[in-house]
Amino acid sequence: MELAEENLGEHHLDEKEVVDVVVRFAGDSGDGMQLTGTNFTEATALYGNDLSTFPDFPAEIRAPVGATFGVSAFQIYFGAEDVTTAGDALDVLVAMNPAALITNVENLVDGGLLIVDSGAFTAKNLTKAKYQSNPLEDGSLDKFRVLEIDITKQVLAAVEQYNLGHKAGVRSKNMWTLGLVLWLFDRDRTATIESLKAKFASKPEIASANIAALNAGHAYGETAELPAGIHVYKVPKAKVAPGTYRNMTGTTALAWGLIAGSELANIELLFASYPITPASNLLHELVRHREFNINTFQAEDEIAAVCAAIGASFAGSLGVTSSAGPGIALKAEGIALACATELPLVVVNTQRGGPSTGLPTKTEQSDLNMALYGRHGDTPMPVIASSTSIDCFDVAIEAVRLATKYMTPVMLLSDGYLANAAEPWKIPDISKLEPFPVKHYSKVEDFKPSIRNEETLARVWPKPGTAGLEHRIGGIERSYDTGDISYDPANHQKMTDLRQAKIAGIANDIPLQEVCLGNETGKLALVGWGSTYGAIHQAVKRARGEGIDVSHIHVRYLSPLPRNLGELLKGFDSILVPEMNTGQFVRLIRSEYLIDAEALNKVAGQPFKIGEILSAIHKKVAQTGSKS
Amino acid sequence: MNQALPTLTVKDYASDQEVRWCPGCGDYAILKTIQKLMPEFEQPKENQVFISGIGCSSRFPYYMNTFGFHTIHGRAPAIATGVKLANPELDVWVITGDGDGFSIGGNHMLHVLRRNVDLQILLFNNEIYGLTKGQYSPTSQTGTRSPSSPAGSIDLPLSPCEVALGSGGTFIARTIDTEAKHLSAVVKRGHDHRGATFIEILQNCPIYNDGIFEQVKDKKIAADFKVELVHGEPVVFGKEREQGIRLNHDTLKLELVDATHEDVLVHDETNKVLANLLATMHAPDFPVAVGVLYRQEKTSYVDDSRQQLITARAAKGSLQELLSSGHTWKVEE
Repeated sequence: MELAEENLGEHHLDEKEVVDVVVRFAGDSGDGMQLTGTNFTEATALYGNDLSTFPDFPAEIRAPVGATFGVSAFQIYFGAEDVTTAGDALDVLVAMNPAALITNVENLVDGGLLIVDSGAFTAKNLTKAKYQSNPLEDGSLDKFRVLEIDITKQVLAAVEQYNLGHKAGVRSKNMWTLGLVLWLFDRDRTATIESLKAKFASKPEIASANIAALNAGHAYGETAELPAGIHVYKVPKAKVAPGTYRNMTGTTALAWGLIAGSELANIELLFASYPITPASNLLHELVRHREFNINTFQAEDEIAAVCAAIGASFAGSLGVTSSAGPGIALKAEGIALACATELPLVVVNTQRGGPSTGLPTKTEQSDLNMALYGRHGDTPMPVIASSTSIDCFDVAIEAVRLATKYMTPVMLLSDGYLANAAEPWKIPDISKLEPFPVKHYSKVEDFKPSIRNEETLARVWPKPGTAGLEHRIGGIERSYDTGDISYDPANHQKMTDLRQAKIAGIANDIPLQEVCLGNETGKLALVGWGSTYGAIHQAVKRARGEGIDVSHIHVRYLSPLPRNLGELLKGFDSILVPEMNTGQFVRLIRSEYLIDAEALNKVAGQPFKIGEILSAIHKKVAQTGSKS
Repeated sequence: MNQALPTLTVKDYASDQEVRWCPGCGDYAILKTIQKLMPEFEQPKENQVFISGIGCSSRFPYYMNTFGFHTIHGRAPAIATGVKLANPELDVWVITGDGDGFSIGGNHMLHVLRRNVDLQILLFNNEIYGLTKGQYSPTSQTGTRSPSSPAGSIDLPLSPCEVALGSGGTFIARTIDTEAKHLSAVVKRGHDHRGATFIEILQNCPIYNDGIFEQVKDKKIAADFKVELVHGEPVVFGKEREQGIRLNHDTLKLELVDATHEDVLVHDETNKVLANLLATMHAPDFPVAVGVLYRQEKTSYVDDSRQQLITARAAKGSLQELLSSGHTWKVEE
């Protein structure tokens, strides 16, 4: 289906109280927009709104000042109801310079609030952003509520007493702006002040200057005469289940999920990886937590990373490796070795825009085919995907469980959006998680490395260092009976069938597919996997609110597929599959179940908008009459 | 701890697998020597692990009755690093060849050496690709005629020991497949070394590159074509040990001199500059140096990694505490 978008039409900054709001902070990559965003997120979570965030930054670490390709942005959607995406159109845009304005203003709704640092709208910056005339003067912004402030000047006045000089003083611009936006939505500044004190513990004067800027921005909102229609907005607290909450990005959730997995499996974990965007943060997070039974290894390349992980698994630990698409491609031969030798291995792919270097900092779901098929030989392995940032925690545990129980490599698919996006997480009670302790094989009598569990078909896991279990394994085909090298034709058939059957059998050990929203049968089902969850969920919820018969099915287990999925899908007249690729999952379910599923594809480096999916639902209804 | 290990013999280290190298292959001699040597190490058999890549030499682990892993082409050093990081108690060996170790796996070789991972790396150098049927390798002499270079190879060969030295290796030695005594002594010393041990074994391939090391192997002439390095001893060679090697201090080059010359070099394993010069020697101008070229005491990567782990784990982590760390908020009923 052709991708189209419709305006959700519910943005209303006219009222003093609003149900939900989308705010985007945009500036130069050196302007500190990510820090501003994360602090605003924290204040918002503490206030009690549900929220979802989307950091959107360029690949360039420090692009030339004022360049459009150097714009770094942080978007947050928060409100009184359940929030599962970072939002479609913007209600509030903070643009720290002309480049930030020109690259983002298109998404600001009519009547939306635009906060600009007028001090940055110099002739030079306007030229860099390719503005022919100054938008602050030519009337092109008339449809918005514009708040023009010379933030640079305000900040310098606010931090004057700290004698930091012009350059260092201006650095607090982001905190001044944050102060203003915190005022705008009636958020508390305490958490930000505490985090600034902690961040600049060794430079108290910098901390003080930033706090002064924050307070000045807030005071500006309180005292300055603002244009009509700009005032404090109230966003009621969301109704959420009682408990203790924290904010969680997908990367942190995945790292902690791996730690939890190693605890539940009662096994040492070696995380071996090579730096690559947007996957590197996983290594950064894990190396800080070696107080648990994990160790990390930054390898010389992607191949060495997967191989070191396999080596660790051979030695009796669990090897985990991680990368993005280009690196996973390099690991393919190693993954096949783990498959052939039946060693556990977890491979995390934080997908990004491809092919080749593609869009390193942008999100995509285009590595599904590689996860399912991207290896030489008949090399099946389980593939599972996380649907939200916090789901990364559970999916990581599941990957560890499957790898160790079935002695197999497991591919875990995340993506750039999930890795960086944050949402509130109700902290689980660890004691309620089901342990799955690993048992290394220890029986010396009649030992062979080919002994396997009759039920799971998993090979035994003998640990080097165990007397009497000395044995050899390798990538050459092994005899089913002895584990020794075998070139026997019938044996190769048997081993190939075994590898297929072992992975296929996992379908009996995973939950049946459920419908996450809507009826079990009906006219239309939207079937998704991975990070499209939030947008599909919201679109289906809205469509159902309009009386449309539509359900949302979200698939975590992509290989093997849940054993009831085919039957479930056949209960719907139409199937629509939104994916951030050219239709990889839709082809899988078409070929697997011979059903006429239709694709809705977006490959723009950006997540789906709710309005895009809602538009597709409306189109489908118009074609088939899905109104109940 | 002091429990005596059972007395094992060469037979205990031979697996039940039929050895499938070509008749006359130098690998047989190396295998036998290593199997004989194993009982001498104060390591229980179950702690011995042999890791290999792909190639003729990489079949080696199948024939050792220890733990073994025949992996993928060129990656044995990386796999072995993972094994050693996971369990530092294991005594890990890497078996590789000139193609496996220095062509497809060159990158891993460089990094495993610079990191000083505690492994014994045995490089079987036969200057040819054997298992793929005789193509020239990165150590083949320029002009080698092979199925992929019928007009003679035009690549400049690399010298494994020189590369190992340049990579920061801390134990670099060279020996010969059929010289059981020398091979055994060098490997034993390498095994005692804490850190990455790199041993180049000149190995004859009777099928695709027969006789390339004949000058240093043939008992009748070898004395004139190789020099055995011994720490603290003069660098002399020849049937009557009549020739010596000196460093010309003006040109900074090695020269052949009479063994009685006052300037004859005394081998110093800890001198890296000297090791580099000795490693480069080759026919026809010089004898090939065998023995321990270089040795440096340095903590191993695995020791350093363990040390960081011990520090990190001084206070054991609590997962529930981790999940609740940082900013949290409570939602009441």
